[in-house]
Amino acid sequence: MAVIEAERVAVEARPWWRRAWENLRSASGALLFMSPATLLVVVFFFIPVVLIIGISMTNMSTATGFQNWKWVYLENYRRILKHPNTLQVLRNTLMYVALTLAFFNVGMALVIALITTHIPRRAGLLYRALWLLPRLTPSVVYVMMWKYMAADAPYGIINRHILQPLGLATTNLLPIYPWVFVILVNGFIGASFGMVIFTSAIESIPREYLMAALVDGCTPWQRIRHVILPLIRWPLLFVTTYQTLSLLTSFEQILLLTEGQFGTMVWSLWAYERALSNYWGNFQWGFGAALATVLVLIGIVMAVVYMRYFQFEALIQEPKIETL
Amino acid sequence: MDEGALRTGLRPRQMYFLMFLMTLLTLPIVVGYLWIFISTFSRRTHGLIPVDIEGRPFRGLTLENWSFLWQDPNIWKVTLNSLILALGLTVGVVLISAMAGYALSRIRFPGRKGFLALTLILHAFPSVTLLISIYFVLRWLARIPVVGRGLPLIGGIGYNTLGGVILVMVSLQLPLGIWLMKGFFDQIPWDVERAALIDGASRFLVWRKILLPQIKPGIAALSIFTFIAGWNEFLIPYTYMTQQEKSTIATYINSLLSETAPVNYSQVAAVGLFQLLPVLLFFVFTQEYLLSIFSGGMKGGA
Repeated sequence: MAVIEAERVAVEARPWWRRAWENLRSASGALLFMSPATLLVVVFFFIPVVLIIGISMTNMSTATGFQNWKWVYLENYRRILKHPNTLQVLRNTLMYVALTLAFFNVGMALVIALITTHIPRRAGLLYRALWLLPRLTPSVVYVMMWKYMAADAPYGIINRHILQPLGLATTNLLPIYPWVFVILVNGFIGASFGMVIFTSAIESIPREYLMAALVDGCTPWQRIRHVILPLIRWPLLFVTTYQTLSLLTSFEQILLLTEGQFGTMVWSLWAYERALSNYWGNFQWGFGAALATVLVLIGIVMAVVYMRYFQFEALIQEPKIETL
Repeated sequence: MDEGALRTGLRPRQMYFLMFLMTLLTLPIVVGYLWIFISTFSRRTHGLIPVDIEGRPFRGLTLENWSFLWQDPNIWKVTLNSLILALGLTVGVVLISAMAGYALSRIRFPGRKGFLALTLILHAFPSVTLLISIYFVLRWLARIPVVGRGLPLIGGIGYNTLGGVILVMVSLQLPLGIWLMKGFFDQIPWDVERAALIDGASRFLVWRKILLPQIKPGIAALSIFTFIAGWNEFLIPYTYMTQQEKSTIATYINSLLSETAPVNYSQVAAVGLFQLLPVLLFFVFTQEYLLSIFSGGMKGGA
């Protein structure tokens, strides 16, 4: 310690220009290490955020091209408010997020975490590994599996092995129950996030609490209700808020499964489809950007909220080497 | 029966019931993968049962579905592209986040706190919402001479090039990478490093020779995770490359599925298994590494 203290005194004894030069030098060292990351963050996060807000205030589309567009300011937002589909898409989005979250990303995740910590350890690990698989599987292949599950008899798995033996009418189930499949497809991927976090939270509960509960005569269910759940409420809150944002903005699986057909259009897919991918080749960048900007703003607000409430203090520890 | 992860006080009967319930919940996943395997080696399938052309059950086993490996010239092009994408993404993310993570963990510089806060915000921020404006950025990058769209192998860094896709994906993965890397560096004691710096070694030398070797497990974990992410990615190449059947394996499979003619599921399943195999191998052999990333903060897709 004394050595460091002596160094500190020595540093401060140097003339100001010397210290300024050294600060600059250490900053330029940092600059070298930071510049690739900074460049990419600027080009692919900062500029796009500014751009998307800017584009949302223009009438840019395939019709205007990149040259002949005009500023229309809030016209696109007014169009969103007056658009006949807006209310339906909003309702779809809220339903999709709420149900997937309740049944899978939080509900199923919690059930899996609780069950797999109550059964023999190796069995628990196996089940959790299986639940990780959908997340690691290429989405195209994963969605294809579900399409085949829903397909009409004699091909589809549900029709062939469940409905047919029961003597029920068979048909392609996807157009009939589109939401069931949208929620299942997303839910089986989404559950693993909460599962991993809840499991490690449950496993890190001090053993004494859990033993004490049993010694005091709790049933396993009472122990879950009155000991485990209250102790993992922060992870529960974290997963709920984090996954709300993820579900609100992700659309890849829906794009692959239904392309928004059968009444499964959600907000983020609507923006994507309008601006970048539709059959008619009429890309409405301005309108799509306005739709996306709504999500961008929600995303920024929620991300800042997370930063304030979760783990931020732990991240901001001072660097270990400041000056030499 | 051995104990659960927690001492549970459950009777064996109750435990069996829980395992039965868990099996039931997991069944759709198991059935889905089972179908892929069966279907790959069958002429066609009725549910999980392989059938031949006349529909007689438990017949029609064949290797024909794999003929795409030598009959379709596109498959090797897209495989190579997927491999370049995955490797490029891995190298880019690991290198750039290892550099930034080091500076954020070890050097005091103006803007450090701000950048850390920003990393965390970006990590939570849903980057897919920016796809529309990134399209414009890529179109603009494509106009840069040579680098834009005249590079060998990756095509360039602009719109409709593999390099552009890689660049976008590296950026989107960076917040997670930087966050993890900084965490790894924070855990390393700095005696050796400090001694080296006092002896006059440069920051770069210290980073390269002293620190990187100490965080190898962390680098391995991030590499595997990133490689799988790149290998699997569908949305970004689908959005920014124009020829689906020539871009990556994922878009190639999607183009097979969205043909107007009836889809030959057995054949597509074979290509799907072809894409799935490397992931499954990684999964079987490196689960612990992967779990360490997942608990370190994965981005909640879907």
